[in-house]
Amino acid sequence: MKGIVIKYDQRNINTDLIIPARYLVKSDPTFLAEHCMEDLDPVFKQRKKELGASILVGGSNFGSGSSREQAPLALKTAGIECVIAPSFARIFFRNSINIGLPIIEFNKIKDLNTGDEIELNFEQGIIKNLTLNKKFKVKKMPAFLQEIISLDGLVNFARNKIVKIK
Amino acid sequence: MGSTITEKILRDHCDEKNVSAGDFVLANVDKCLANDITAPISIEVFESIIEGMDRSVFDTDKIVLTPDHFAPNKDVASAEQCKILREFAWKYKIRNYFEQGRVGIEHCLVPEQGLALPGEVFIGADSHTCTYGALGAFSTGVGSTDLGVAMALGQCWFKIPESIKFVYSGKLNDFVSGKDLILYTIGQVGVDGATYKAIEFTGGIIDNLSMAGRFTMCNMAIEAGGKNGIIAPDKVTNAFLKSKGDFSYKEYKSDKDADYSNVIEFDCDELEPQVALPHLPENAKPISEVDGMKVEIDQSVIGSCTNGRLEDLRIAAKILKNRKVNPNVRCIVIPGTPIIYLDALKEGLIQTFLEAGAIVSTPTCGPCLGGFMGILAAGERAISTTNRNFVGRMGHVESEVYLASPALAAASAVKGYITSPEYL
Ligand code: SF4
Repeated sequence: MKGIVIKYDQRNINTDLIIPARYLVKSDPTFLAEHCMEDLDPVFKQRKKELGASILVGGSNFGSGSSREQAPLALKTAGIECVIAPSFARIFFRNSINIGLPIIEFNKIKDLNTGDEIELNFEQGIIKNLTLNKKFKVKKMPAFLQEIISLDGLVNFARNKIVKIK
Repeated sequence: MGSTITEKILRDHCDEKNVSAGDFVLANVDKCLANDITAPISIEVFESIIEGMDRSVFDTDKIVLTPDHFAPNKDVASAEQCKILREFAWKYKIRNYFEQGRVGIEHCLVPEQGLALPGEVFIGADSHTCTYGALGAFSTGVGSTDLGVAMALGQCWFKIPESIKFVYSGKLNDFVSGKDLILYTIGQVGVDGATYKAIEFTGGIIDNLSMAGRFTMCNMAIEAGGKNGIIAPDKVTNAFLKSKGDFSYKEYKSDKDADYSNVIEFDCDELEPQVALPHLPENAKPISEVDGMKVEIDQSVIGSCTNGRLEDLRIAAKILKNRKVNPNVRCIVIPGTPIIYLDALKEGLIQTFLEAGAIVSTPTCGPCLGGFMGILAAGERAISTTNRNFVGRMGHVESEVYLASPALAAASAVKGYITSPEYL
C-alpha cells in the first residue's frame, strides 16, 4: 500500500475529536465521514483532499475515549486507508481491525510528515518513507489480521470463512 | 522462559504454537455469552454473516443467553429486547437459553450451571465475564460484533495479554472477604493499574479463599482495567465443580519462570474491611476511617454478580438476624439465581431478611446498573455490594454509591450509616 501522509502530532486524539458525539444520531457512514476530525481540524477534509492524503499519522494513545465503533468507520469512509501512531487505545484498535481499517504501532512518527509519500508492507512489517528515502521495521501483522483487513472487516471475514467451510 | 496460565490457555486454543504475550491469535472459543442488552446486536451481526446461507450457529450447546439486566421485563423496550433473545433461541435451538424464572444474574448463573470450566476460552458480551477466571479459565468481555462473529465461527481474535501477578499473604481478620481484598487492590493500583493485562491472583490467602470469594475478586479484575482475572485451579475449584456435576477439563498453571510485567505483594494481616467512596472503585478506604465519617445512607443493596451468592447472603443474614433495618434505609437483597434463592429459602435466610424489614427481589441485575428495583433519587446515597460506583450508576446523577462487602452492607442497613458488624 502506498499513500501520502496527513499528520496531527498530538497525543490522545480521542474518539470525540475523530467523530463528535453530536453527529452520532445518524449512523450513515458517509454522513460521519463528512464530519470526521472536524473538531481537531475544521479544514481536515479540504487539507486531506489537497494533499491527496490517505494515511493518517497521529500521536500516542490514539483513539482514546468512548469506545464508539463509528470513529474508525468515519476515518475509513473519509478515505483514510491506514492510521499510524506510537500507540492506540485498545478498543479503538479492536474496532478498527473489526471494520477493516489497518492500524500500525510505530514510535518514530517524527520521520513521517505531512505530504510524505510512504509505502507499507503489512506482511513483512515494513514502512518505507519514499520522500525521505528511509526504511523502518514494525511488528508483522499475522495473516488472519491481514485477511480481516483485506476482506473489509470481521463480518466479511466470518462470512468468507463459512463459505469456504461449505 | 516459561509461560503464564493465560498464555498457555490461549496457545492451546489456536493454530500457532509459538505465540506469547503481545502476539495476535485467532482462538477457538468454548462458550459465548450474551444478555438482554448485548445479545440483540450480536444476533443482528450473526444474521448478517449467515445471510443467504443455510447455516446455524457454530454450536447450539456453546451459546449462553441470559435475559438478566432489565428482566423480568421492566418496560416495553426491555420486553422487545428479551423477545429477540427468545425467538433467536427457539430458531437455532440454543440449549443454554435461560427463560425468566430459570435465569439468574449471568455471572452467578454460568458457574452454577457448570457452563464455565478450567482451561476454557470463554467470551461474553459483558465486561464482567472476567468472573470465570476464578475457575482457571481465560474469560473476558468482548464487543457485540465480536460475539456475533463468534456465534457464527466459534472463534475470536485476541492480543495475548501480558500478565501481572498479585500475591496475597498473611491471615484475614474477621469480616474481611474477597470483596475487601479486591477493593483494597484496586485502591492500591488504581482503575487503570492493570489495563489490558491478565491479572493472576495468587498466594496463601487465595489458596484458602472460597469459590465465592474468588468469583468476587475475578469479577472486579475489569475495575482495575484488567482484560481477565485468573486463579489457577486447585482443590477448591475441583470441589466446587464436583458439586455441580461431572465435568472433564484441563487444569493449567503458570510456570515458575513465567514472565510477568509486574509482581505486587500484599500483606493482609492488618487489612480491614474496605469501602470504595464515590465515584470510582479505586477510592477504597478502611472501615475504621469511613465509620468515623458517619456517612448516612438511604439504601443498602446486597446482591449482583459480585456478591449475590449464597455465601454472601449467609453473611448478611447472620448480621440481620434478630435485628431491624434502620427505618431510614431501604435494604434490598437480591439472590443471584433461582437456585441461590431456593437455598436461601431452605436455610431460613429469606425469612431473616423479611423479618428484619429488608426487600427480597427476584434474581436480576436491577439496581446495579440503575435499571430498576431500587433506583436512587437526587442526593440519595447507597452502600452496595456491586462493582461500580460511577456517577449515576444506580440512578440520579447526583446520587452516590459506596461499594463494600455484604457484611458491611448489612451492618450499615441496621445502623443507618456506613459501618462494620464489629461496631454493632
Ligand atoms: S449485576 Fe451489575 S455488573 Fe453484574 S452483570 Fe448485572 S449489571 Fe453487570
